[in-house]
Amino acid sequence: MSQYLHFIRVDTDKCEGRMQCMRVCPTQAIRVRKNKATIIEEKCIDCGECINACPSNAIIPLTDPFGELTKFRHTVAIPSPALYAQFGHKIMPDKILNGLKKLGFDDAFDLAPSCGEVSFAIQEFLREHKGPKPMISNACPTIVRLIQVKYPSLINHLTPLDIPREIAGREIKKKKSKRYGLKEKEIGTFYITPCPAKMISIKQPAGKQKSYLDGAISISDIYGPLLSAMENVENESYNKSLENLCILGMGWAMVGGICRTLRLKNSLAVSGLTETIKVFDDIEKGKLKHIDYIEAYSCPQGCVGGSLTVENLYISYNKILKIIEALEFQKIKACPDIQKVRKKYAQDYFFKKGKLEPRPLKPLNEDLAIAIKKRKEKEEIFASLPKIDCGACGSPTCMAFAEDVVKGEAKLTDCVIRKDK
Amino acid sequence: MHAEVELSLNFDIKGRNFSKAGTISTKIKEILQELGIPMSIIRRTAIAAYEAEMNVVMYADKAQLTLCLTPAGISIIINDEGPGIEDIKQAMEEGFSTATDEIREMGFGAGMGLPNIKKNSDKMKISSIPGKGTSLDIFFNLSKVSEQ
Repeated sequence: MSQYLHFIRVDTDKCEGRMQCMRVCPTQAIRVRKNKATIIEEKCIDCGECINACPSNAIIPLTDPFGELTKFRHTVAIPSPALYAQFGHKIMPDKILNGLKKLGFDDAFDLAPSCGEVSFAIQEFLREHKGPKPMISNACPTIVRLIQVKYPSLINHLTPLDIPREIAGREIKKKKSKRYGLKEKEIGTFYITPCPAKMISIKQPAGKQKSYLDGAISISDIYGPLLSAMENVENESYNKSLENLCILGMGWAMVGGICRTLRLKNSLAVSGLTETIKVFDDIEKGKLKHIDYIEAYSCPQGCVGGSLTVENLYISYNKILKIIEALEFQKIKACPDIQKVRKKYAQDYFFKKGKLEPRPLKPLNEDLAIAIKKRKEKEEIFASLPKIDCGACGSPTCMAFAEDVVKGEAKLTDCVIRKDK
Repeated sequence: MHAEVELSLNFDIKGRNFSKAGTISTKIKEILQELGIPMSIIRRTAIAAYEAEMNVVMYADKAQLTLCLTPAGISIIINDEGPGIEDIKQAMEEGFSTATDEIREMGFGAGMGLPNIKKNSDKMKISSIPGKGTSLDIFFNLSKVSEQ
C-alpha cells in the first residue's frame, strides 16, 4: 500500500500515451512508460492540471458518487462558494441551496458565513502574530502539499487556523446530532468541490487526525442535475438575496477575495502554480518579509478556476466580483459579528488540531556521499543528452530522464536521439 | 575516504540582468534538496547564494559561480569582474551601501547583503582588487550531517 493517497487515477484503457499530462505536471510527477501515463505518488500534489490537459479524458478525479448519501441518516450539502459562481448572475446562492435540497440532501449549508468567520479569525491571528512572515493561507490543499513537498522550510508560514469547510462540518455534526438525536457519524456532510484536491484533504487531511467531512461531490457531476432541480425553485428578488450573503465569505471563491474583503494592509494574492512557485522562491530567499499575508491558489483565479468546475473561470470570477461589489456599494453588512468571532477565537474554536509535517522528496540516497556521487552521475548523463526535452523517452525533460536513469527507473537506451559515444 | 567524492558545477551570472536574478540560487536549492541536506542548511545556503548573486547583478559586469559539494560541506565561490570593493571592512558594516537610487527603488542595495551572507554561512572569505573585481568564498559545514 502506498503511503500517500491520491484522488487522480489514469484509466489505462483510455490512455493513449500522448504525454500532454507529463508536460504540464508542475512537479514532474508523471512518466509515460509503455505508452501509458503513470503517476509518481511521492511527487504528486493533486493539483489536477493533468485532468485538464488530457486529450483522451483518461485522467479521472475520484470524487464520491451520489449514491454515498444513502449511507447516512441525515445528509447535508456544503457547497464551496465557487458553486455560486457557476450559474448566471440571476441565480443567487439561496436558490442554489434550495436546489441542492431538491436533489435529495436533507439540508444545504451556506459556507460563506463560516468563511467570513475564518476571515475575521485570520485578521485576529495576524494582529498578534510575531512569528515568520509572510503567513500563507492554507485554504488550498494543493498549496499545502506543494509546501510540504517542495518548500518544507516554509511549513511554519502556513496559518494554523482550520479551514472553513472543516469547521462547518464539525459544527454541523455537533448541532444536527443533538437536534435529531443521531450519532455524529450518522450525519453525512458532503462538500461540493471545485477540485479533486479537496478530496484528499478529506480522506487524508494534512496534519490532522480526521476530517469532519464525509465526502466530496464534484461541481461538474452535480451541475446538470442541479440545474434541472432549480427549475421549480422560486426566485427571490436580487436585493433580498444579497441581504442573506456574507461578503467576507464570498471572497473565498476567488483569488484576492480574502485580502480584498478584509482590507488587509500588506497582503499579496497569487494564483496558478507557476506563479505561486515564483512567489515561494522569493519567500525562501528572504525577499517578502514586508508582506503579512499571502493568499495562494493552485488554480488560476482561485477556486472558481478548479478543474471540476463548469463555467469559464473568468466569467465565474466576474460573477463573484460583481456580488462583492454590489454588497460593498449597497453597504449591506451581512457579516459575522466580530465580537462573537473574537470570543470563539479566544476559545480556540478556529485552531487546527495536530501539527503539519513536511513531506520532502526522498533524496538520491540516504548516505550523503553516495547521493553526491549519484548527483554527479546525473550531471554527466545529462551532458550526453540532446537537451531538447522531447519527451519521447517518457520523462518530461532531459534532466528528469537523467535522474530516472540514475535511480534505475529508466535505461539510457530509452533516449531515441542520443548517439552512443 | 569520502574526500574524492565531489560534485562541482559552474554557473555564469551576468551583471544588470535583473530579470534572471535569483535563478541560480533557486537551482542550488533544488540540488541540495535532491541530496537530502537538512532544511535549515538549505535555507541558509539559499539566502546567502541569493545575496551573493544579487551583488553581482547589481554591481559587477559578470561572474562565475562555482558550487562545490563534498560530504564535508558546501562551498560557493564567486569571482566577478567589476569595480571591486575599495574598503572591505566598511562594506561588511550593516547598512553601508554604494547602491544607486535606481537600485534602491527596486528594493535592493540596503547594505545588508554581505553582512547577511556572513550571518548565514559558516565561513566567509572576501578579497577584492578595486577596478578589477571581487572574490567571495563561502562555506557551509556538512560534517555533522555526514557523520549520522
